[in-house]
Amino acid sequence: MANTLFVRPETLTPDPFHYCPGCGHGIIHRLVAEVIDELGVRETTIGVASVGCSVLAYKYFNFDMQQAAHGRAPAVATGIKRVLPDRVVFTYQGDGDLASIGLAEIVHAAARGEKITVIFVNNANYGMTGGQMAPTTLPGQKTTTSPAGRSVDQAGYPIRVSEMLATLDGPAYIARVSIHNPPQIFKAKKAIRKAFETQLRGTGFTLVEVLSSCPTNWGMKPAEAFSWLEKNMLPYFPLGEYKAASGVSQDD
Amino acid sequence: MKILMKGNEAIGEAAVLAGCRYFFGYPITPQTELLEYLSRRLPEAGGVFLQAESEIAAINMVYGAAGAGARVMTSSSGPGLSLKQEGISFLAAAELPCVIVNVMRGGPGLGGIQPSQADYFQATRGGGHGDYRLPVLAPACVQEMVDLTVRAFTLADQYRTPVMILADGLLGQMMEPVELPAAPVNELPAKPWATTGCKGRQKNIINTLYLNPEELEAVNQRLQEKFAAITKKEARAEEYLVENADIIVVAFGIVARIAKEAVKVAHAQGIRAGLVRPVTLWPFPEKILAAAAARAKAVLTVEMNAGQMIEDVRLAVGNERVHFYGRMGGMVPTSKAILEQIRKIGGIVRGKYAVRPA
Amino acid sequence: MTEKIIIAGFGGQGVLFTGQLLAYAGMMEGKHVSWIPSYGAEMRGGTAHCAVTIADEEISSPLVEEPGTVFVFNLPSLLKFAPRLKPGGMLLINSSLVKQEVKRNDLRIYSVPANQIAEKIKSAQLANLVMLGAYLKLTGVVSFHSVAASLEKTLPARRRHLLPYNRQALEEGMRLFGEPN
Repeated sequence: MANTLFVRPETLTPDPFHYCPGCGHGIIHRLVAEVIDELGVRETTIGVASVGCSVLAYKYFNFDMQQAAHGRAPAVATGIKRVLPDRVVFTYQGDGDLASIGLAEIVHAAARGEKITVIFVNNANYGMTGGQMAPTTLPGQKTTTSPAGRSVDQAGYPIRVSEMLATLDGPAYIARVSIHNPPQIFKAKKAIRKAFETQLRGTGFTLVEVLSSCPTNWGMKPAEAFSWLEKNMLPYFPLGEYKAASGVSQDD
Repeated sequence: MKILMKGNEAIGEAAVLAGCRYFFGYPITPQTELLEYLSRRLPEAGGVFLQAESEIAAINMVYGAAGAGARVMTSSSGPGLSLKQEGISFLAAAELPCVIVNVMRGGPGLGGIQPSQADYFQATRGGGHGDYRLPVLAPACVQEMVDLTVRAFTLADQYRTPVMILADGLLGQMMEPVELPAAPVNELPAKPWATTGCKGRQKNIINTLYLNPEELEAVNQRLQEKFAAITKKEARAEEYLVENADIIVVAFGIVARIAKEAVKVAHAQGIRAGLVRPVTLWPFPEKILAAAAARAKAVLTVEMNAGQMIEDVRLAVGNERVHFYGRMGGMVPTSKAILEQIRKIGGIVRGKYAVRPA
Repeated sequence: MTEKIIIAGFGGQGVLFTGQLLAYAGMMEGKHVSWIPSYGAEMRGGTAHCAVTIADEEISSPLVEEPGTVFVFNLPSLLKFAPRLKPGGMLLINSSLVKQEVKRNDLRIYSVPANQIAEKIKSAQLANLVMLGAYLKLTGVVSFHSVAASLEKTLPARRRHLLPYNRQALEEGMRLFGEPN
């Protein structure tokens, strides 16, 4: 009998992802699904999908989900968690959703120490609408709304969400991870697991920022995109744990 | 036993008695007492009061909580309601039951804090983007703040829809004796669609996105059918002295009570005036009004705005006979001024008061 | 009977509470009542007032457009509300604070040295109840007993120990126009 090496987690539906080839969402969805499977909480989890490329996440995750208005996922998750404090509640948000239109909601959910988990996918642009400048777009990075490259004079600087939220007292766990190669994917999963475990302990707000790629809008092949991420995003968005029960640690 | 309560607080207590255990809101005059009241009362009742960072967050917390199956409420006033409109559109689209209170103040813009009815259009036309309506209940006294709040929660669950209580600063601030419901609601209707964790069933999804236009049209069709059913069954109005009335005064909320005083005095002076007070603003009680006004020579609409409900009045009774009197910006019409309008519409003909058509 | 009253003064003089007491007492006697406060910024520093209606039948309009009675606790209130009193109406003036003469001669005007009396009892903060006592004796719209009972129900816990002084202030106000009862 052959050994099973790779199966679809129970937490993912058989629906094929609509994501572009090489997009990081598929990997990140799978990581979340594996963690939920491993923790055995699929039937007590409620996810909140946001607006952006991952708007259809409710199709792919095999548990109860709500789809929220743009940027409002942390508020929606707050409503759910306050009604059902013993359930696992998480949001899955992109950088436009979380760091631009939804900045107030994320900051205050974090400040309140809302006992939810936020999976924050940072791919440095608005993917769904076709690659516009995001609050996380790097200085000089070309997008469809910064065709000459992001000018910091005109458009200001990217927001480092993990660092910013880590200044608050409400969060119990905040980490930035990346998925640009298999060892990093492994680390990303560990952080996601830690975040959900922290939620289960009920000690506070948890967020994992996942650096991801957007080959279609960046105009690159998938492998090139990961290289670009490593070379350009990591210096601006250093990986590591910014808040954890055992203190903080930054990767070298 | 009657107790003396402020309108805003009466809504809060009624909500608790109606089984509401979750409130998400933001301070704004003239509704803040409702927040303050529930910040004390809900924890006592084992519920959650949360002061949100914004009106936008508050309405989205309502979305989450309603989707999780709870009876939930938020409240605000004009500027805050404008911020909530995105969320209300989502609530209507996702068919999530909840109660939204608007204690109206003068607008537009920051406006003022004195009573107004200038949010009639916003409330009765949906308010946010897309094709939707929501039931709008208009209390006229503190007792109705209680009764209609309880009713609002029932309607919300029955039709799976947000329901709005449209009051104003005067009703919110004033005190009157109220009789609270004898038996609080303890058992809520089952909500098999709620996202509570999928143990033992298929997963539930609360969603408002339909990228396929055919699918979205079907969703709209279903919503429209629901709105049609509500329109057919839920229109309510109070009628006063409408039989054989020459002039029908139409007013809602606190203005209707002021108008009632004018109608009373008019009657004493031999003028056959009557009053129709819409209790539901959407659905608008057009049949009740049309029947009451069938033989009337004139209809006088009185509002604390520049004339908004008058459009619904005209749809119900036609354009010809309809007159308007309104005050704006937080000014409250007096019964004397309304009486003067009633008298102006008619005149004394051969020793008798008679009404000319408009 | 429909009694329409305006009680007006500076914020902090207890004008809103006085109106609530009246409304509460009316309710306890099975009457229809309503109480409308001025609200918002005008309460801070400026004048505060409330409009109370007490009636035997259902109150259609709770507005007090033409009051039958006005209590004034300061000069701005006198200037604002005395002209609105209906002919033959009652004007109760806290004469400790308001010295100006009233121009109208179609009113029943009663001067109550409310602050002086209140200070003798305990503090000027009781002036509102001295005025209310005077009103009760002069009109009998609600009874002293109903107001005393309302006081017990409505006085916040932190003011509970002042109850005897409150009652005394009511009585002293009544005594100005007859025997307290």
